[in-house]
Order: sequence, then structure tokens, then C-alpha cells
Amino acid sequence: MQILGLYNYWIFIVLMMCGFYVVISRGNLVKKLVGLNIFQTSVFILYISMGKIIGGTAPIIVDRDVVYSNPIPHVLILTAIVVGIATTSLGLALVVRINEAYGTIEEDEIHDQSEEDAL
Amino acid sequence: MIDHLPALQVVIPLMAAPLSALFRPGRAVWLLAMTACGLSLLIASLLLQQVLTQGIISYPMGNWPAPWGIEYRIDAANAFMLLIVAGIGTVVMAFARTIVEQRIRLSEYKQPWFYTAYLLCMTGLLGITITGDAFNVFVFLEISSLSSYVLISLGRDRRALTASYQYLIMGTIGATFILIGIGLLYVMTGTLNMMDLAARIPAVADTRTIRAAFAFLTIGVSLKLALFPLHLWLPNAYAYAPSAVTAFLAATATKVAVYVLLRFFFTIFGVDFSFGTMRLDLVLLPLALVGIFSASVVAIFQTNIKRMLAYSSVAQIGYMILGISLVSVTGLTATISHLFNHALMKGALFMALGCISFRIGTVQLDRMAGVGRAMPWTMGAFVVGGLSLIGVPLTAGFVSKWYLIVGALEKGWWPVAVLVLITSLLAVVYIWRVVETAYFKPAPEDHVVSEAPLPLLIPTWALALANLYFGLETSINAGVARKAAEMLLGVGP
Repeated sequence: MQILGLYNYWIFIVLMMCGFYVVISRGNLVKKLVGLNIFQTSVFILYISMGKIIGGTAPIIVDRDVVYSNPIPHVLILTAIVVGIATTSLGLALVVRINEAYGTIEEDEIHDQSEEDAL
Repeated sequence: MIDHLPALQVVIPLMAAPLSALFRPGRAVWLLAMTACGLSLLIASLLLQQVLTQGIISYPMGNWPAPWGIEYRIDAANAFMLLIVAGIGTVVMAFARTIVEQRIRLSEYKQPWFYTAYLLCMTGLLGITITGDAFNVFVFLEISSLSSYVLISLGRDRRALTASYQYLIMGTIGATFILIGIGLLYVMTGTLNMMDLAARIPAVADTRTIRAAFAFLTIGVSLKLALFPLHLWLPNAYAYAPSAVTAFLAATATKVAVYVLLRFFFTIFGVDFSFGTMRLDLVLLPLALVGIFSASVVAIFQTNIKRMLAYSSVAQIGYMILGISLVSVTGLTATISHLFNHALMKGALFMALGCISFRIGTVQLDRMAGVGRAMPWTMGAFVVGGLSLIGVPLTAGFVSKWYLIVGALEKGWWPVAVLVLITSLLAVVYIWRVVETAYFKPAPEDHVVSEAPLPLLIPTWALALANLYFGLETSINAGVARKAAEMLLGVGP
């Protein structure tokens, strides 16, 4: 039961490995970025999970005692989401430039052309 | 004013960055960037002085007290790093203007954006160094990384684009690993402040979560610092980036990552956990040795000299990691002192190459024949940097190699000391190839080359002379380094 109860952490691990695998295995530069995105997003789930308390509400000061979720991991991950967006947009901008320079976004074709450059 | 120096250290380049994007191309924007760098250097030296006389400085950002707010915490180790980053940043900025105007892939009206990216990169590196908050390290790390991807992609060769893309993928994986590590630490301790983490980790150290956090952080930071075999992004990135960018990144970016590693191993996890429980030295030692040896050998066979020096950087990082794996004051002194000395030597070498490529348009070895007679000052600086890289006495490089060998012998690891000497000989081989071609091969007859212009030569020689100066005057690169090493290991005063 304990294993099932931690299902959000299992999702984190599975997503992380999927994303990582896509980054490594795909030769298409855009697909690599997609994989990278999944990889980063999985970490968001890790952070959001750890701040969540079952039955907890939003962390607002009220008169009576309430259980509230820890807001700090959520704030932290907002920062990480911004970083993720910046990384993705920069990565895509580079892919556009690469496509202009090489006429392809397939890694092996770029590699062949780079080899020719070296000669 | 003096109380707010820690904040100003980061804020000044951070504010100057968007400001320079508003300028027209020309001298004014460079002056602005130069002023920001100069002020950073001034602040860094004041902070170092203050730390050495008064001890650790703690600065609560926005007056929110630590452990809730972000604390900037400056001790001997990071005051020393700040000086390296700000110092190299300033010298390379002086060098960059001519390069930006003529040698990067940017249309003229976009040139001010180069300074924006450069200042942001410097902000990030200074921020990583100065902060006392683990999550803040990640944020600044991404600021510096994202701007360095942009800077690398500005190289004229189209391979700069793919090099930058490759670095982006590897760098983001590294940064995400660091983020996971910090998250796992937060789960177990409920804090992000480094001193607070250090106080709370021992109670929960014997858990799988903390060990996993340790592993993620080690791998993530090792990717950023290009520890063998995670160095694959580095040679292309250094080889195809504009020369001013290569000089800046080679001298600072990987050094700051080594500092982060030191901070996590020694301050946050503590020596007992990192090297007692986890036996990290057993992992680092072989990787450092294989890295030093294989990268030095590969460097010998490179025909692109920038690429050759990039491989040499991987080897030099190996020396730094070797110093860490000795886990002694002498070994750590060697590491920290090599951070400083390597910044000086690689800065000088890459700037000298920048001068050469400015004149002959390439850094391929076969095209450099006869350059030594046509550009005597440039090659002179290259030779001085090269001697320092080899570790010849009276140069800065000798100081750190000396400590490294003494540290290895203290442990009775004489094969390690012998290997350090052998790899220094390999450095002689690859530096000599350049010297031989530049001085002793006849220049092609149709090839008329003149000396590099003064705006390039002066910063190059400034660093070359620094290599000689700090070879004799070792109070900073050995004295302060030793203090920092004692502080990190928790021995001494």
C-alpha cells in the first residue's frame, strides 16, 4: 500500500526517465528539447508533491488553527518553471539558427556537415 | 554604503545588463559595461580585505533574516572566488570591445546585446559564489548558463551553434540534477540556507534520501565543471565561441562550478559525510587521474589550437579535483590556488589566441607558421601563459603544482605525484608544438601579418604579467588559498 500511496513520486521518476531517454535517444533537435522539457517538468512534480499536505489549505493567516500546505516549494518551482521556459525558448531559437545554417535539424546530418567543415 | 557591498556586488552588473541593451552600438555601451566590471572588481577586493581582517560577512538580502530570507555569506573561500570572477571579467571586457566590433556573428545594431549577455553571465557567476542559499545557487547557475549559451552561439563558425546547443542540453541536465538534489535536501531538512542545512543534515544523514541528494548534486555539478567523463560539451564550446567569450568562460565558469562542489562537499554535507561515509575520494581520484592523462594526450593531437587548450582545460580541472580527493589542507590549497592560477594562465592563452585569430582569421596550427616573428608580443604572451600552464618555477602555475605534489607525497601517494609530473611533460609537448610552428617554421610568402592592435595586446599582457607576478608574490594565490582550505576543512583558526 505504501508504494501505491506514493504514486506522485512514482510519476516523477517515470516521467524523469522518459524525458531523459528521449534526450539521449532522439537525433532530432526539436524532439530532444521536448524530452528535456518532460525531464524538467518531472522535477516540478517532485517539488509540488513535497509541499502538499493532505487536507491542507492555502497558507493564509486566519483566526482558527488550520493545516496548510507549505508554500515555499511551490514558490521555488515557479522560479524553476520560468527557468524552464527560458531554456526551451533559447533552445528553440538555437534550433532555428541551426536550421538556417545547416538546412537540417537531424543530428547525424549536422554531424556529417560539421566533419566536412573540419576538412 | 560599505554595509551593502555584498548586494552591490551582484546588483551592479545585473542592472548594467539591461541598461546596455538600450544603448546604440559604439564606445558608450562598452564604457558602461567596463565601469560595471570595474566596480565589481573594486567591491570584490574590498570584500576580500574585509573578510581577511574581520572574518565572515553575513548579509541578509532585503533585510529578511536568515534562514528564512536569502543570506549572502562571504568567507575566505568565496571572497577569493569573487576576486577571480570580477578580475577576469574586467580584463576580458577590456579585450572584448575590438572582438565584438569585428569578430562575432551579430549585425552592428545588435552589438550592445553582447554586453548584456556578458554582464548577465558575470552576474550569475558572482551570484553563485556569494550566496549562502542553496536554491539561490540554482537560480544564479541558470542565469549564468543561459547567457553563456548565447555568448557561445555568437562565434562566426556555424559549428558554434551546434556547440552551444549541445552545451544547452548537457548544462540543463546538470542544472536539473542540482535542482533535484536541492529538493531532496529540502524534503529532509526543511531549509535551504547553507549553514542551516549543514546543522541539520547530520541528524538525518543516514537515509537514502540524503545519499540520493548527494549523488544528484555531485553528478549535476560535475557536468557543469566538465569533470572527465562528463566533459564532452566543453571542447566544441570553447573552440567555436568568440575568443573573448572563450577566455572569459574558460577562466571563470568551470572554476565557479568547482567552488560549488567544494561548498557542497565541505560546508553543507561536511567532510565526515562526503569523504567518511560516502568515500567520494575513491570516485574522484581515478576520474581525476584518467581525466588529466587522457585529456592531455588528446590535446597533443589537436590541430585547432583553441580546441587543444580546451582539452588542456579538462586536464587542469582534473588537477583541481585531484586536490579535492586528497582531502588534506595541502591538497585543498592546491585546488583553490589552481582555481586562481588556471584562470590567469588560460585567460592569457585564450586572449593571445584571440589576437592571432584576429590577424590571421584562424587558429589552425598549420596556418600559424611564422606567426612568432610577425606578432612577437602576442606570441610572447602565449609563451608566458604556456610556461605557467606547464608549471615552470617563477610562474603562477608552479605554485599550485607544487602544493599538489607535496599534498600527494604527504599521503605517500608517490605514483600520483609522478603522474602529475608526467602530465606536465605532456603539457610541454602540446605547448611546444605551437611554439615550434610559430617561431621556427617559415611564414608563407603571400602572407603578410602585423602585430595585434594595442586594445587586444594590453589586456593579454596584463594577464601574462599577472602569471609572472603571482609566481613570485604568493600571498594571495597561496596564502589566501590556504586560509580558505583550512576554513573549509574546519581546522586552523
